[in-house]
Amino acid sequence: MANSQLNSGNPRVDIEYRRKKSAEEMRHQVVSFALMIFLTLIAFAAVAIKGFSAWFIVPFILLLAVVQVIFQLYYFMHMSHKGHEAPSMFLYSGLLVGLVTVLAFSTIIWW
Amino acid sequence: MSTYAQKKGFGATIWDYLTTVDHKKIAILYLIAGGLFFVVGGLEAVFIRIQLAVPNNDFVSAGLFNEIITMHGTTMIFLAAMPLVFAFMNAVMPLQIGARDVAFPFVNALGFWLFFFGGVFLNLSWFFDGAPDAGWTSYASLAMASKGHGVDFYVLGLQISGLGTLIGGINFLVTIINMRAPGMTYMRMPLFTWTTFVTSALILFAFPPLTVGLVLMMFDRMFGSNFFVTTMGGNTVIWEHLFWIFGHPEVYILILPAFGIFSEIFPIFSRKRLFGYSSMVFATVLIGFLGFMVWAHHMFTTGLGPVANAIFAVATMAIGVPTGIKIFNWLLTIWGGSVKFTTPMHWALAFIPSFLAGGVTGVMLAAAAADYQYHDTYFVVAHFHYVIVGGVVFAIFAGTHLYWPKMFGTMLSETLGKITFWLFFIGFHMTFFIQHFLGLWGMPRRVFTYLPGQGFETSNLISSIGAAFMSLAVIVLLYNIIMTSVKNVKVGNDPWGDGRTLEWSLPSPPPFYNFKQLPLVRGLDAYWLEKMDGKKGMTPAEPLGDIHMPNSSILPFVIAFGLFVAAFGALFNMDDKAWSVPVLIIGLLITFGAMFLRSVKDDHGFHIHKEELIDDEDKGVKA
Ligand code: HEM
Ligand SMILES: [Cu+2]
Repeated sequence: MANSQLNSGNPRVDIEYRRKKSAEEMRHQVVSFALMIFLTLIAFAAVAIKGFSAWFIVPFILLLAVVQVIFQLYYFMHMSHKGHEAPSMFLYSGLLVGLVTVLAFSTIIWW
Repeated sequence: MSTYAQKKGFGATIWDYLTTVDHKKIAILYLIAGGLFFVVGGLEAVFIRIQLAVPNNDFVSAGLFNEIITMHGTTMIFLAAMPLVFAFMNAVMPLQIGARDVAFPFVNALGFWLFFFGGVFLNLSWFFDGAPDAGWTSYASLAMASKGHGVDFYVLGLQISGLGTLIGGINFLVTIINMRAPGMTYMRMPLFTWTTFVTSALILFAFPPLTVGLVLMMFDRMFGSNFFVTTMGGNTVIWEHLFWIFGHPEVYILILPAFGIFSEIFPIFSRKRLFGYSSMVFATVLIGFLGFMVWAHHMFTTGLGPVANAIFAVATMAIGVPTGIKIFNWLLTIWGGSVKFTTPMHWALAFIPSFLAGGVTGVMLAAAAADYQYHDTYFVVAHFHYVIVGGVVFAIFAGTHLYWPKMFGTMLSETLGKITFWLFFIGFHMTFFIQHFLGLWGMPRRVFTYLPGQGFETSNLISSIGAAFMSLAVIVLLYNIIMTSVKNVKVGNDPWGDGRTLEWSLPSPPPFYNFKQLPLVRGLDAYWLEKMDGKKGMTPAEPLGDIHMPNSSILPFVIAFGLFVAAFGALFNMDDKAWSVPVLIIGLLITFGAMFLRSVKDDHGFHIHKEELIDDEDKGVKA
């Protein structure tokens, strides 16, 4: 498991190939890092700029947060790499169970 | 490091078990502790049936009756059924996937001791002004009004033992994902391993809601918060949701390992491959998922509204489909097989119609409109005892007979085993079948007595006589266990003669490192394949080498014990006892001190050297 195929330390893996792979990896990380900062700025702006109602701002920021989590998981925690099937399966099933709970609590419980 | 072969004194054996991190010994601990709680819960059941045997009985008072039924349910679910299935998971799963131990042996021991101390704490409530009396579901509307400390014992005890279960489940998940032997792909895993896997995933997702619910109730009862206090704007229905979001998956946590055990028994004693292996795996996973979408079927009468009721009714009925797939697969496994009627096979064959009856009443209950009639009557009691006893308890009995040789190296008597079976089988149906009708005639559940002339007398008496049969069955089993241990006739690797999976390729009981060389798995039913090719044992997948093993440790015991002490402090703090805060602090210090010790002290374990492994061979210890 884990990202063993990346830094396997296996001398048979072509060093050129690995260098290229790492460079590509790096580019992805920098791009997504920039994007994440940009999204954070937008979130702040949404609150700072007058004229939006809370009914827009709250879901909007939540949406941005979801995007950020996805960036975090896929670009910084390497979930897109092979060998992460089990973690992603558990992540998504956990998410499903959690969201069903939230849905139920917000619809059928009389507050 | 070959001390394991020497004869030990009594004290040394106790110390060995207190400090063990070996999954096979932890399995035995689970079996003993679970068995003990099973007997306690069984005694409580007998008291219930004595009280209800005749109308207007005063064997116990109404208040004591409530305590007994609460402790019966809580003990049986959390302290008997759960640890007993954990016993088999620990004993068998690592062997089935060809591993030398679970992924985190230390955590495995910690999980056991947390469960054990949580259970002891809960049962000590009998000696401190009263056990919990709000039902095993501990609905907040009742629990908040309960006097004395009973409910606090429930909350703290379950919190501690729940923690143990949770880390146990995580441990199994990591083990199955990471520690399978070479060639053991997911689709070659024996079905018991599969059900252990799905069960552990259910534990992972189901126990946190219970933890949250228990924390809220703890704050309400001990620190004056108002989550469930309606007069202060709280809502008791939240507890019901949290409890059942945990509670329904919990019943599948119990039944899936039972399915797993039976899925091992049918092929072994029909001497035929399990029919529809991949559909069995699929059904197991599907049941796991659906198990989370149906909890509100326990709350149809709470007033969720027709839309919610309809959705949950349909989702609940949908679970019948994968369950049906399994039933047909088992039947088709037996079909045309050369069946051997051993004791485990008796339980397995009796399981099918018994569990089926429970499933049918389940679907009846799932019809929301009809449930208004059934809810809180003996019909529900009959339903869940048919699935839990006819499913889980039958599986535990079957597993005990099937795996006893693997765990202890001796064979339980088949004759006594069959006597146990028949007594229990007759007693079980006698006790619970009639309860369907009691429910339909209008006898509510959880009442401490009933009046003469309501038409309940004969049926209740029959039900109580059935309970006596089941008690006899358990006594015969205990006698069987004692006689077998006294005679101590050792058996070989594959005592049933038809073992299919890896555990039967090992000596009974296996050496503490399980596999001298990890086996190469060439397909489903790995050991059977080798036997069919005329080989004696598994082909090794690695050369003989040093084996790395973890050291024993007393720390898991100490960590759990600290929480046990702290729980007393927290509980009596409500009475403004001066000593409660120091006790709480001392308990937490013990726990965190032990955890600190564990973190700073490097423990690299030890190696069994190649030469010693070869020595073992000469002495006749096979691997
Ligand atoms: C086809 C499968 C099943 C269906 C459709 C089903 C449906 C139901 C429904 C609708 C109820 C609520 C009844 C009421 O309170 O009015 C119920 C209760 C219960 N079921 Fe099942 N069930 C199924 C299988 C199982 C299994 C496999 C188990 C356990 C191994 C189980 C254990 C329980 C328990 C313990 C309760 C009662 C909880 C309580 O109120 O104390 N059920 N079932
Ligand atoms: Cu349920």
